[in-house]
Amino acid sequence: MYYKDPKYKIFYVFNIVFLLLLSILCLLPLVHIFAVSLSSQAPADANLVTFFPIGFTLESYEKTFSNPLFFTAFGISVSRTVVGTILGMLITMLVAYPLSKDPRDFRTRNVYVWFFLFVMIFNAGLVPTYVLIQNLGLIDSFWVLILPGLVNVFNIILMLNFFRNLPKELDEAAIMDGASDFSILFRIYVPISLPSIATLSLFTMVFHWNAWFDGMIFMNSQSNWPLQTLIQSIVVGQDFGNAGLSSEDIANLSDRTVKAAQIFIAMLPILAVYPFLQKFFVKGIVLGSVKE
Amino acid sequence: MKVKTNIPLDAKPYKPKTNQNLLSNLKKNWRLHLMLLPGVILALIFHYAPMPGIIIAFQDYKPWTGMFNSEWIGWHNFKLLFTMDNSVQVIYNTLLISSLKILFGILVPVSFAILLNEIRQMALKRSIQTMVYLPHFMSWVILGGILLDILSLEGISNQFLSFIGIEPIMFLGEGNWFRFTLIASDQWKEFGFSAIIFLAALAGINPSLYEAAEMDGATRLKQTMYITLPGILPTVIVVMTLSLGNMLNANFDQVFNLITPLVMREGDIIDTYVYRTFTNGNFSFATAVGLFKSVVGFVLIAFAYYSAGRWANYRIF
Repeated sequence: MYYKDPKYKIFYVFNIVFLLLLSILCLLPLVHIFAVSLSSQAPADANLVTFFPIGFTLESYEKTFSNPLFFTAFGISVSRTVVGTILGMLITMLVAYPLSKDPRDFRTRNVYVWFFLFVMIFNAGLVPTYVLIQNLGLIDSFWVLILPGLVNVFNIILMLNFFRNLPKELDEAAIMDGASDFSILFRIYVPISLPSIATLSLFTMVFHWNAWFDGMIFMNSQSNWPLQTLIQSIVVGQDFGNAGLSSEDIANLSDRTVKAAQIFIAMLPILAVYPFLQKFFVKGIVLGSVKE
Repeated sequence: MKVKTNIPLDAKPYKPKTNQNLLSNLKKNWRLHLMLLPGVILALIFHYAPMPGIIIAFQDYKPWTGMFNSEWIGWHNFKLLFTMDNSVQVIYNTLLISSLKILFGILVPVSFAILLNEIRQMALKRSIQTMVYLPHFMSWVILGGILLDILSLEGISNQFLSFIGIEPIMFLGEGNWFRFTLIASDQWKEFGFSAIIFLAALAGINPSLYEAAEMDGATRLKQTMYITLPGILPTVIVVMTLSLGNMLNANFDQVFNLITPLVMREGDIIDTYVYRTFTNGNFSFATAVGLFKSVVGFVLIAFAYYSAGRWANYRIF
């Protein structure tokens, strides 16, 4: 066997070491930020902190939570994630089911397919979208974070490919028993596609949690910002001008340790769902993308 | 033996009358149409309704006069786009950055997938995967915040560099280093996740090929060259073709969260340029640049999907 070859054994050891170093490299920046967030201000400012906190303190987290905007933003992010995921999955299933039908049975299917496909490959651009949202009166409304993203063509494609690979006999048997399309979808297709639905839901959750740009351009008042937009403004944009904070607050929040704490809190929900994500996504993606 | 049928020899295939059929189709499938209705309405409002707004690109648009009363200026904005020093530089940056990202976005994940595939201890393999997939799920806001911290002049990366005797590098403050940082950090975030599709392709290679090669005394390197690489080539070609559609997408989120005024010239891309033009109040020009990107992007994506379907037999649905 090739793996008994001494040369290959040497390669194998180096390979393991290399891949482990690579994986650690993926985590180190996150570990570093966590360590900074738990350190006291002086060693952090003097760049003494590497991967372990120096002068352990939770002060940065206290300061973060003393910012009232932070709580509001956290709440908005949680609500948009929950509402956006539930409604988004509902729309995805409702659209994917008819499109998974054979065009011989559902003759307008291909018209709809092109209708949705065009959405995916052409977009009007930033300014026309902004003008439309303004005309709809959705500026500063919570729903501007939800509605434009509900039709997600990528998710629809993955879902419909999964539906299409289900055995035809299921349909036929259900129709024999007098089931309507709604009961076929919700009482047969959905229960047997739960792994796929879980995968897509987790992806949608991550998408909503991570979204920041819509909050930045469609929300004039910072009390409507989701968390990522707030963090963008404080940590990355360094833009305190419109955050409505006193100069003392600004001094507090621009601390390196406090910035690190805010980044870490924003990462936390992703880290929490990550084990579930990992369980599903590999299977879900490969299933959805490979056709017979 | 002759078989008697009552079908005349010159019979034409049965063609239903379309009119009648549409009606009966609607009657039979009304539930399917009903299911599609919410999605269709949402797509019409949020994806199709903005499209007429692209005429702003051909007008001297003022928010207070509106789309219907603004002065018509024709192709003026597009002429500006291709003659202004700024915008030509932005198009160049976008093409340079995104093509490098596409190139490394295939080389790195393919090499990683091949190396990872060698690991026979399943637990170890899975832990490596767990670690490398993680950055993919973080937003560029978070990663931007982290990178601004660790790549600064006094940050941990430069501490490490000075430790091994290298002069500090302005990763985010010098044009070419900034481009390097964009490509490297993009790889850092995505290489693991992009490798999934190649790992699936590797798992699909017929094991008896390796057994036969083993019999013939081929080393693992030879097996990789003559079995593994040809085995995943079709997948590589599909991924490469599809990524052509992203030639004008150099990643707004990443650039916007990392760019500083020092590297505006070398780092600015179409999307960030559109955003800044828009926030500066130049709606028409921003629309024109955005429209240029959408149209070229549309052609590229259509071409990419067409060729992937034509030559690699790839269908999205």
